[in-house]
Amino acid sequence: MKLVIGIVRPEKANDVLEALYRADVRGLSISRVQGHGGELDRVETYRGTTVKVGLADKVRFEIAVSDPFVQPTIDALCEGGETGEVGDGKIFVVPLERVVRIRTRETDDLAVTPVGA
Amino acid sequence: MDPLILAQAAEVDTGDTAWMLVATALVLVMTIGLGVFYAGLVRAKNALNTFMMCIAALAVATVTWALVGYSIAFDGTGDLIGGFGHLGLQDVGFEPREGTTIPHLVFFAFQATFCILTTALVSGAVVERMRFGAFLAFAALWSVLVYSVMAHWAFGGGWLIEGGTLDFAGGVPVEMGSGFSALAAALVVGARKDYGRQALLPHNAVYALLGAGLLWFGWFGFNGGSGFSTGDASVLAFTNTLLCPACTLVAWFVLDLLRGRKVTAVGAATAIIVGCVGITPAGGYVSPGWAMALGFGVALPAYAVIVWRPRTRVDETLDVLAAHGVAGFFGILFLGFFAQASWNGVSDGLVYGNAAQLADQAWAALAAPAYAFVATFLLLKVMGFVAPLRATESEEALGLDVIYHGEEAYPTGEGAILVTPEAAIEGERPVADLV
Repeated sequence: MKLVIGIVRPEKANDVLEALYRADVRGLSISRVQGHGGELDRVETYRGTTVKVGLADKVRFEIAVSDPFVQPTIDALCEGGETGEVGDGKIFVVPLERVVRIRTRETDDLAVTPVGA
Repeated sequence: MDPLILAQAAEVDTGDTAWMLVATALVLVMTIGLGVFYAGLVRAKNALNTFMMCIAALAVATVTWALVGYSIAFDGTGDLIGGFGHLGLQDVGFEPREGTTIPHLVFFAFQATFCILTTALVSGAVVERMRFGAFLAFAALWSVLVYSVMAHWAFGGGWLIEGGTLDFAGGVPVEMGSGFSALAAALVVGARKDYGRQALLPHNAVYALLGAGLLWFGWFGFNGGSGFSTGDASVLAFTNTLLCPACTLVAWFVLDLLRGRKVTAVGAATAIIVGCVGITPAGGYVSPGWAMALGFGVALPAYAVIVWRPRTRVDETLDVLAAHGVAGFFGILFLGFFAQASWNGVSDGLVYGNAAQLADQAWAALAAPAYAFVATFLLLKVMGFVAPLRATESEEALGLDVIYHGEEAYPTGEGAILVTPEAAIEGERPVADLV
């Protein structure tokens, strides 16, 4: 079991969702985050005030999967999130100690397998 | 123009002038209202760019109107275009404009606000992907080549008005002019990259309602001022501008309930505009009762087009065609049926025994859409050969606010580092970095 964390461009979030769906990966959370990954800063000017915006909006996917699904999940994130420009994002795969589905108290692999799959 | 007014002595009337000064300001605020309405209907990342297209019309179309457009529209009685006697506001002064009792300067300013608004209206077809620079050039050319020509046909002594077509406040140049131009612009510029693939939703429906409300408010000057006086025609048009959109709202509520069992806010904002557009050509010519019927009636074709259009590949983004083109078309023809000489002192429609009026209206309903569509299509095609019309895909993805204006509509300030002017000029690291 792994927790796959993917940080992608907000405008690519829909493509990632589509790719994940096609890879049969269900069950995920997303959140809007801000981050900096080496892309060029944006310069904005409001009247006399000029600022360099170092943080770009990103979307963070969190997907807990059983081992056979780790690679397909990574592939889907890469495929959906890629533009080829600096700032496409990162994927972090971290081990999961325990997973519990609250409704049924199922644990681990059973808990990360979507209902009906 | 109203023959009753033509018959009056050519002297400036203080009451008429006072009202027209106010009406001009009212129409000007419509362009701001339109900006709020349009900005609410697009995604947050394009809200400023969308509003700025309306502001661009205020800038560009005012200048072109003063330099060239006004002369083409309102100098002389050529069939297709006016003359060049008023280029650069030549001979536009304090003496009354021919056929009115208001100073020529006020008449010019009032008509300028129409040109500005109409130019801004067309932007609704191309928001969220057109290059800002390309839109500035388009606004300058379109306001002269399309708006001014059509304004001449319907208001300035061109073939439509001379042929007997009635158009009280601009069903031809403003509504059908913008609506069918919008269709052409959407076809030439092309759909947004995510159109038909993702849900592209209005980011603030409150703005849409606020903008529509401001438009309705301003429309009292738009229709009420189109009699150029405080006379009966203006009073009738003013009151019809209250009645007709209210009826459209009611009809829209019913249509929304039948279709989705809920009365929608964005639908209501649209209905206000559709009703105002419907009464625009007919305002001073139909009775208040028929104005209410017009309000109910115009909702049907406009609603149908708004439901149908998103199912096509045509990304006419903010439905200018439905709200202005179709509603204006309906209003122009409606007037051919229900105009009443006992109310307007000018002409009856078919229902009151004058079938010829309907024929005159039909000419406008054919010619205006055809000219607007073809002229705009060709103009944008030619412009497309000179420079690209749209932003790149990655610019579109990031949002045009940051790309073209270097600002965001809703900046959080998070992660923003202050750049001192010296650092910006010398390209050095900002002071905040060094501290």
